[in-house]
Amino acid sequence: MTKPAGKGAERAALRDGFGEGIIIAARSDPRIVALSADLTESNRLVKFREEFPDRFVSVGVAEQNLAGVAAGMARAGKVPFAASFAVFSPGRNWDQVRVSVCYSGHNVKLYGGHAGLTVGEDGATHQALEDIAITRCLPNMTVIVPADAIEMRKATIAAAQHPGPVYLRGGREKFPQVTTESTPFSIGKANTLRPGKDITIVACGNLVSEALIAAEHLAKERISARVIDLHTIKPIDEQALIAAAHETGAIVTAEEHQIISGMGSAVAEALAQHHPVPIEMVGVRDTFGESGTAAALMDKYGLRATDIIAAAKRALERKRHTTTRRETLRVGARHLRAIARAARKR
Amino acid sequence: MKDKEFALIANDLRQDIVRMLVEAKSGHTAGPLGMADIFAVLYFAHARVDPAKPAWEGRDYILVSNGHICPVWYATLARKGFFPADQLMSFRKINSLLQGHPHVGPIPGVENSGGPLAQGLSQAAGVALALRIDKRPNRVYCICSDGEHDEGQAWEAALFAAFHRLGNLSLIMDRNNIQIDGPTDRVMGLEPLADKYRAFGWHVVEIDGHDIGEIRNALRKADEETERPTMIIAKTVPGKGVREFENNYEWHGKPPSAEQGARALLELQEERERIGRRWFS
Repeated sequence: MTKPAGKGAERAALRDGFGEGIIIAARSDPRIVALSADLTESNRLVKFREEFPDRFVSVGVAEQNLAGVAAGMARAGKVPFAASFAVFSPGRNWDQVRVSVCYSGHNVKLYGGHAGLTVGEDGATHQALEDIAITRCLPNMTVIVPADAIEMRKATIAAAQHPGPVYLRGGREKFPQVTTESTPFSIGKANTLRPGKDITIVACGNLVSEALIAAEHLAKERISARVIDLHTIKPIDEQALIAAAHETGAIVTAEEHQIISGMGSAVAEALAQHHPVPIEMVGVRDTFGESGTAAALMDKYGLRATDIIAAAKRALERKRHTTTRRETLRVGARHLRAIARAARKR
Repeated sequence: MKDKEFALIANDLRQDIVRMLVEAKSGHTAGPLGMADIFAVLYFAHARVDPAKPAWEGRDYILVSNGHICPVWYATLARKGFFPADQLMSFRKINSLLQGHPHVGPIPGVENSGGPLAQGLSQAAGVALALRIDKRPNRVYCICSDGEHDEGQAWEAALFAAFHRLGNLSLIMDRNNIQIDGPTDRVMGLEPLADKYRAFGWHVVEIDGHDIGEIRNALRKADEETERPTMIIAKTVPGKGVREFENNYEWHGKPPSAEQGARALLELQEERERIGRRWFS
């Protein structure tokens, strides 16, 4: 189902998938317009502007207005894609996204580009690590974090056809392709990229490729790790998560985002309510980033396959412990029942 | 319709507003009363709207950016026939259609969600741009306040509308000189507002917001524009029609008590009789 994600895998940037996807969608749907808050080249909308000059709207560096204009265009029947960097939209215009877009239920698609630590050298001001948190808490909002450029292309086309507000999280760096043209994509339906029975790694964005590398390594230690690409964080695929918890008994989540309120939290919310199992989380631990290469930042902030492997081992240890405790309790209960039976006989 | 007929409609709206606020025991008094004349003209004479078909493709879009004045919007929509007038008394109550600030979708005739200030201005610009792309002749009207021009987003929208030559967009500013904390010029200086909008590339018209003839003329002049958006700065008296409420910023965000409401209704009914006498004399 999947290709090896290690060295030698093809690499592409999420933003390129977005640029391709919106053109494909726009060719078959004349309602689609693109709004750009200056960063047209960075967000790969130059080709859209060339092919659809009348459907490209320059908004300037004004993200509040970006969200509002998009909402108004949706009210008049358009399907607007509003693009900026994630730190600015939804980072800087959250109230406009909340009221003008989500409360209004308008058919607006937000593209938050250059998300995560891997934007790199620009430093902490430009590294969106909170955007999943602030979008997934909004009623009516769908939140999609594709794993690679192919999946981003499919997600963009799917978002165009999906009624209602959607947040698409993009990125700048080129990362390994982990899905193929034939991998299915359906909003709200998680993709299991690798089967496994001992533990499940749930990842999103570029951490999916790290998760696949981690699973390879764990296999060498005879640990069978399932890998789920949770591209849609809201609505969350509870069915896939509960099945994973039930069948493997331990979970690791991995994301390029704050652990607080991110994808891992969404997974924990679902499993704590329906099927609690030990969960370990890989992500940014309540800190801002800094300047550096994408690779150096992923190393320093603990977003590598090695970090996922370490988390998997912690989760497996807790799973064993929980199993042992459950066993002890079961034995204890058997003893108590036996004592009670003996007492009744006397 | 004659000017006096609008005065009567505006008087009805003012009475509705007072009754709604007394019943709701919360809400904003000064702004809605001050804008009754403009709403009467816009909905009953000027704009193309059809209460039987709120989503009619050929309609003019009317948005309200300063959503807190929604009692006057709801009263106007009810009197125009968008929904039954008996619903007005459910304003701000649980399970009500009529939310404390407007919610687009459930309420027939409401074109935008509003309350967080200046958001309506951007939405109005978005509607206007979409209409122009599709070469539709509908016009967009957006009511806004003076105080909301403290918001940076208002000026983002002003830049945008002029840059994109949204001649099909008309804003009407309720220039009543008050906001919650006090007179606008003591909270945050806004003047020279007309010059600012002119400098941004807008067509600006300044009127008396209670003069029916001036309101009608300004709206007509705005409709003639094709290249520039229009800002109609309407000088209004906050709390207009009730002497106790007029020109006092403390009435921005509170409702009348039952007794204050009764006195206000008496005053408005006397005014109604005077208008009637003038009309028939």
